[in-house]
Amino acid sequence: MTALHRKLFRDLFHMKGQVAAIALVIACGVASFVTMRAMYRSLLRTQQSYYAGYRFADLFAELKRAPDSVAARLREIPGVRQVQSRVVMDVTLNVPGLSEPAVGRLLSLAPQQTGSLNALFLRRGRFADPTSSSEIVASEAFATANHLALGSRVEAVIQGRWQPLTIVGIALSPEYIYEIRGSGSIFPDNKRFGVLWMPTHALEAALDMDGAFNSVAIALEPRADEADVIARVDRILDPYGGLGAYGRADQISHRFISDEIAQNRVSATIIPAIFLAVAALLVHFAFSRLVTMQRPEIAVLKAFGYSNSQLAIHYLQFSLLAALGGYLLGCAVGWYYGIRIAAIYADFYRFPILIYQAEPHILLWAGILTIATAATGALGAARSAATLPPAEAMRPEMPPDFRPRLMDRFKVQWMHPAVRMTLRNIERRPWRALASAFAICASIMIVVVEFGMFDALNRIMTLQFRDAQREDVAVTLIEARSATARLELARLPGVIRSEPFRIVPVRLRHEHRWRKTALLGLAPNSEMRTMIDQHGRRQLLPGDGIVLSTALADILHITPGETLRVELLDGRRSSFSVTVSGTVDEILGTNAYMDLHALNRLLQEDRSISGALLQVDAAQQQKLYQTIKGLPAIAAVSIKEAELRSFTDTIHRSMTLSIGTLLVFAIIIAVGMIYNGARIALSERARELSTLRVLGFTRREITFILLAEQGLITLFALPFGFLAGYALCAALAAVMRTELYRIPLVVQPSSYAWGFLIVLLSAIVSGIFISRRIAHLDIVSVLKARE
Amino acid sequence: MVSAERTRADEAEQVVFHVHSVSKTYLTGAVPVLALRSIQLDLTAGEFVVFLGPSGSGKSTLLNILGGLDTPTSGDVRFRDHWLSEADDAGLTRFRREHVGFVFQFYNLIPSLTALENVALVTEIAERPMNPREALRLVGLTERENHFPSQLSGGEQQRVAIARAIAKQPDILLCDEPTGALDYPTGKLVLDVLASINAELHTLVAVITHNTAIAAMADRVIRLRSGEIVGITRNTRRARPEELVW
Repeated sequence: MTALHRKLFRDLFHMKGQVAAIALVIACGVASFVTMRAMYRSLLRTQQSYYAGYRFADLFAELKRAPDSVAARLREIPGVRQVQSRVVMDVTLNVPGLSEPAVGRLLSLAPQQTGSLNALFLRRGRFADPTSSSEIVASEAFATANHLALGSRVEAVIQGRWQPLTIVGIALSPEYIYEIRGSGSIFPDNKRFGVLWMPTHALEAALDMDGAFNSVAIALEPRADEADVIARVDRILDPYGGLGAYGRADQISHRFISDEIAQNRVSATIIPAIFLAVAALLVHFAFSRLVTMQRPEIAVLKAFGYSNSQLAIHYLQFSLLAALGGYLLGCAVGWYYGIRIAAIYADFYRFPILIYQAEPHILLWAGILTIATAATGALGAARSAATLPPAEAMRPEMPPDFRPRLMDRFKVQWMHPAVRMTLRNIERRPWRALASAFAICASIMIVVVEFGMFDALNRIMTLQFRDAQREDVAVTLIEARSATARLELARLPGVIRSEPFRIVPVRLRHEHRWRKTALLGLAPNSEMRTMIDQHGRRQLLPGDGIVLSTALADILHITPGETLRVELLDGRRSSFSVTVSGTVDEILGTNAYMDLHALNRLLQEDRSISGALLQVDAAQQQKLYQTIKGLPAIAAVSIKEAELRSFTDTIHRSMTLSIGTLLVFAIIIAVGMIYNGARIALSERARELSTLRVLGFTRREITFILLAEQGLITLFALPFGFLAGYALCAALAAVMRTELYRIPLVVQPSSYAWGFLIVLLSAIVSGIFISRRIAHLDIVSVLKARE
Repeated sequence: MVSAERTRADEAEQVVFHVHSVSKTYLTGAVPVLALRSIQLDLTAGEFVVFLGPSGSGKSTLLNILGGLDTPTSGDVRFRDHWLSEADDAGLTRFRREHVGFVFQFYNLIPSLTALENVALVTEIAERPMNPREALRLVGLTERENHFPSQLSGGEQQRVAIARAIAKQPDILLCDEPTGALDYPTGKLVLDVLASINAELHTLVAVITHNTAIAAMADRVIRLRSGEIVGITRNTRRARPEELVW
């Protein structure tokens, strides 16, 4: 090791606080890059290999009922490689250990798993015996959530009869990686919704679907025109109550995973960029100051013949070494978090295996980014070390150039001298103050955004489960029934109040645009289900016309007053026109609402209903659940309280880790910046502060003078941090606006308060570190030393 | 015997530095400051030269130019076959690396390196350096080689600085107020080291000072005032450092 290298290491050790701050901020950047980038790559690779290996279909279509011969016609469509017809039905389940009824989606299990589309990955057990009528394969998420093992039995209401089903296998399907029931949900509720695969023969027999199917999965040739195939499939299935074919992009599980992967990709860019930008600033300040302090040493080295480039490299090495520490730490932390986050992902996304792997090229890229950050930050320091003329380096630095500036045009004599000193210091180096403010701003922004997202989820929860869905239990009948069914539902045990509803699958068409959705007919002045916009404002349902969610109206390019074509997809081939009477900016889904009676009239039905929304006496809840489980006419039950619980659970499970991590990251940025700023100020102003000590100022007073500068900058940064946090929330709300859900823009005062608290905490921690330094300030030697 | 003496005398008379009408103007703020005006000077190998003058006389500027730390605004400076006045930065760096040793008033040791490492800093980039330990032995600091600058007295620090300067076996040793920050006995000790280096290694030593007493130990004394040479005197007898009084 050369003497210059020894100097490097000793100097680095001497400024270990600043080096640690730089290394930590770089570590945050590297860790977030490694975690998210590797997560993105792992998810993408896992998804692709799973889809390929288990033949995830390209197109899907649901219909009322079609004979098997129709499937053969689908196979003849040009571009179609494989067609797999099947039977799908949602049924009420009685799950041991679960008091409320669950919904099971029964899916026919192709007799021969090899070669079939959406093939199952058998985790445990075996496939059901094709000849058995009681064996099923259950989805892993459902089995795990309900502690169901091989041999466990559940009961299903099939065609009005209780049928015991025995789990012989536990499996995963590429179709249900994200296992949610349908649009309108954000998170899976694995306890109350699960997919069960039954031998085709048994399922067809049980549902009276022998030789028929009501769902089809289609694989396309590599270069097939998806839109064209969809159009042809629709034409063939139309007479059989086809609900319209759709591609992977509209397949709900695929959509959620793909959105998640895309988000990971974006965050793997933005978040590391923030940290590395702050790190570059820290490097710049710390090592520019170092070069200033080492002017005499630079002079000596040059005097003895060290070249400019040797010195430039020497000062670049400072930042590279500090960055190397951050890089190694960041890789380790990134790897560890990757594994933790992969475990959380595995909870939501059911892959046969999700291996989080930080590939070498990701670590290499992280290294390149680290070096770029360190080099960019140290460029100024290296350049000034290289260009400093040796004769000039020999002379002490010019005294700081204080001139009357803007501040002094105003009468500042009333200010405390300490405040004046602070203000003049900031004014003299406005760019540095601005850069510090930027870093603190970034720190606040991270906190505000993280809590702002939490606020948004809470708002979704409140709007959806308290303001919009006011019922306790929603009961859906297998088929629309006459109004007398309403009376029967109202007489169920514990029901305090009931409101009927009618729901029909429809295709809404406006000009050339169309969308499939469910049209919901609600009782006039419904108290159980209200239309609530993002801001919590309630909208009344008019007696005539249709109300669309804003997302749906946007898709259809339609505004209130215009006429919409409604095509029924429930097997009838009829359609009618209706005027759009209003739009409502809802949080979830693409919904359409009508007055129940108006809908009945248009459907030419006499007050038929699809189900009822019930308000239930809590004391009799269990009894109600028991009764419902025994009612064959009921297809599905959703219990709001349970959904709400599952939603909250999920938020906490998924967000605790990320909130905790980002808070630590934000503190590191803030402490790093404030501490470094104060350290540099202390080094620059040691003489001035010592003089003040000699003049009789206490240590506390000079600590205050020193920290006042950082304090003022922080104070200045606060509102901008709040603003930036709000702006980023708004940007995220706009970007994350999908057909499935909208993220409302709400940032509660508490989220700003958290941002403030984090920065305050960071300032206090930095203050403690600095005051210990001031305690060790040797006044006499500072004053005796050559300036 | 005679021929050997002649060789010695020839060497002594060999001019290594030619300084020809050198001027230096600094532009600080709006007013140009004339630091050196038309300096004419020759320095010969192995001689001990003292530059005397009050602060602001231009002696530091002259020393910087001789040492290749600075270039003149006009005029020529030649060291043997190096045209310093025309050299670019790389050329000056090479000149310093190969030929010059510096001693500063405030020692300018690297605080994070030990005495030995401070010396090694220079020997590592020199062409024909002496062993750093040997250099420390020459200044009498063998037993302090592993001490950091903060653990050394001012005189010891200055001796480390001298060791560092001579370790590369330079042709010229340039000393800027080498005793300026030292007390009387320590200052004399340091001058003693300089004198013995000059005698033993035949290094051209140039010392700038405003301490007139030091002039007595020089071969030649060059007086400067306001950027001009106002007198050059040759001592018939060089005083030994211990004889000096100030």
